[in-house]
Amino acid sequence: MNLRERLTGETLALAGLVLILVLLPSLATAFFVNFVMTQTLILGLAAATIVFLAKYGGMTSLAQLLMFGIAGFMFGNAALDGGARGLNLGWHPWAAVGFAILVTTLAAFLLGAIASRTTGIYFLMLTLVYGVIGYFVFAQIVEISGPGGITSIQRPDLLGPPVRLYYAGLLLSVVVYAGFRTIRRTAFGLALQGVRDDPIRMASLGFNVPLHRTLAFTLAGFVAGLAGLLNVWWNGQIDPASISIGPTLILLIIAVIGGISSLEGAWLGAFVYVLVFTYLRDLPFVDRIGITEARFNTVIGVIVLAIMVLSPEGLTGIVQRLRGRLRRRAATEPTASTGGSLPVHTTTQKELGGTRS
Amino acid sequence: MTPALIDADRSSSRRRLTELRRPPVWVAAVIAVAVAAWVLFLADGTPAGAAVDDPGKFLVTVLDGVTFAGLLFVAASGFTLIFGLMRTVNMAHGSLFLLAAYVAIRVQEAMVGRSRNIDPADVGLLDWLVPLLAGAGVAAVLGLLIQQVFLQWNEGQEMRQTLLTLAITVVLADQMLREFGGLAQRMVWPGAVTHFFSVMGERYAVTRLVMLGIAVLVGVLLWLWLTRTSVGIVIRAGVDDRQMVRGLGINIRRVFALTFLVGSFLAGVGGVLGASFAGAAPGTDGSWLLNALVVVIIGGLGSLKGAAAGSLLYGTVVAFSPAYLPSQYSYYAIIMTFGLLALVLAIRPYGLFGRPA
Repeated sequence: MNLRERLTGETLALAGLVLILVLLPSLATAFFVNFVMTQTLILGLAAATIVFLAKYGGMTSLAQLLMFGIAGFMFGNAALDGGARGLNLGWHPWAAVGFAILVTTLAAFLLGAIASRTTGIYFLMLTLVYGVIGYFVFAQIVEISGPGGITSIQRPDLLGPPVRLYYAGLLLSVVVYAGFRTIRRTAFGLALQGVRDDPIRMASLGFNVPLHRTLAFTLAGFVAGLAGLLNVWWNGQIDPASISIGPTLILLIIAVIGGISSLEGAWLGAFVYVLVFTYLRDLPFVDRIGITEARFNTVIGVIVLAIMVLSPEGLTGIVQRLRGRLRRRAATEPTASTGGSLPVHTTTQKELGGTRS
Repeated sequence: MTPALIDADRSSSRRRLTELRRPPVWVAAVIAVAVAAWVLFLADGTPAGAAVDDPGKFLVTVLDGVTFAGLLFVAASGFTLIFGLMRTVNMAHGSLFLLAAYVAIRVQEAMVGRSRNIDPADVGLLDWLVPLLAGAGVAAVLGLLIQQVFLQWNEGQEMRQTLLTLAITVVLADQMLREFGGLAQRMVWPGAVTHFFSVMGERYAVTRLVMLGIAVLVGVLLWLWLTRTSVGIVIRAGVDDRQMVRGLGINIRRVFALTFLVGSFLAGVGGVLGASFAGAAPGTDGSWLLNALVVVIIGGLGSLKGAAAGSLLYGTVVAFSPAYLPSQYSYYAIIMTFGLLALVLAIRPYGLFGRPA
């Protein structure tokens, strides 16, 4: 009963948040909506795929930004006609969308199949290698990336005004969030979580462990591809540097800031990141302590260091810990201090990519 | 380790026999034969030409591969040493590599007394060796500092440690950009070794052989250290069973610190060699992290033999693919790296000499 009450409370809060976000264009400035919030939703979508893989599959993937980039490049190649950059196939925009998603999903399936027999730290390293090799592929094969990137990419007419792009991002975010939450309870999702917790037992029960991992990675790649399409429509261009190792780490960092074991955290992390990125230079004191805009990466790196040192579950972890402490204090006043942070710690071990030695 | 895994280890010799009958092994064999046939007889219209027609070019490519493998080995051995003992994936390895390179370049400039257009004739042997030790020393101290401050207290939480070192990578890359600027810099080989000799009509640089010599020296010293000294015995025991080493009353923390120091020192030596060989610039850290990762993923994490084998395989592919791909496809060389990775992982998911963590 207690659990159900909490769930409905959480659902209500989320519904309220979505309502605010729907009404946001009439509440906030155009810059905030079209720049800050649209970017937040796009990055949040991409980061949510990392969280999905880490939380339910025990796989921390650094290849999600590559999927993001593949979709963008494929759309640019297929949709543009004329000009000196890319393949210039000149297809109908929605055919290009289908093509981009198809290629991205196939790439995710292939890469996932190769990586499917590794887990934990090996998986992280392998996907980092995917990301870097993918960057070099796009950087060196200029036929598909246009010398210096593909520019002046138009969105489909349906998404013409910038605010529609915001709504598209919002819609996709809600659908993906609900979808990932639903998958958790399906047969596939349950088996995937079983694979995360004990692959050997699942294999002996007759489940195809590599196949489950591959399919999860494919699904994550598909969603990351959708986010990549939104990104390329929002930016109007894409270049290989945008999927190099730095941005790859940034995307992981976004997932980590929010908390790598919570789906909401992906969007929260993206929001914090975009806020820092956009408004850091406006803060009055930063120039005086030597943090200029050029040193943005140092700030982000230090934030992540602090988060990983203090609370590996990120901001949502901090919130949950505070909430748990308050509730425990309310329920059992005397034993509150002895309970400590032990429960939090055990979930950390398990959910941070599911690696246990 | 669960009992199931121990059983799996025991039956590994039988498993290896059955593995030989698996389809990926056949596919790999067929591909290897096809590649050899292509390089030897069919590769007309490539930059190098078929090996039987132009044995000089072939020999030079082999030398390129082996000497580059030497550099790869120096860079990857520290990475694999640290992982083998501590299960820490030190993602800051590439940053230490680049930092050592920059420091060595600065020291060399100070010693020669000029900051650009240094003539190799002006560079004595000491003007190269002292910067080498200075750069590698700085990398070693910084590596030790990272281990003491950020990694020592959360031992066993692999994912947390990995994310910590990734954040350090972001910060270090940004700070190095601030300190050393964005231009490519180069370390100058001492004049005594900058000669050329002739291999079947092709000129070949002695410096590359020097690089290989240093790599072999490093490999032999490492091997002697690990097999013939009491510290080495403790390290190898720690790789097999950390808890037991602790139980025997050995202060494994001190051994951890020493290993991190040596591993970071090796990263630094690699960095200085790399700066002499190809220069240093922002982004070098990322590409050398990639190189180290590819080598250890192919060879197997934590195994020195694996690092050597992985370096040779990867070095060969890196040297051969631009030379023996048809000229208009030279840019696709990076895909060959990916192909090698996929092939090895399809046969042995944990690398050639690796074993499941």
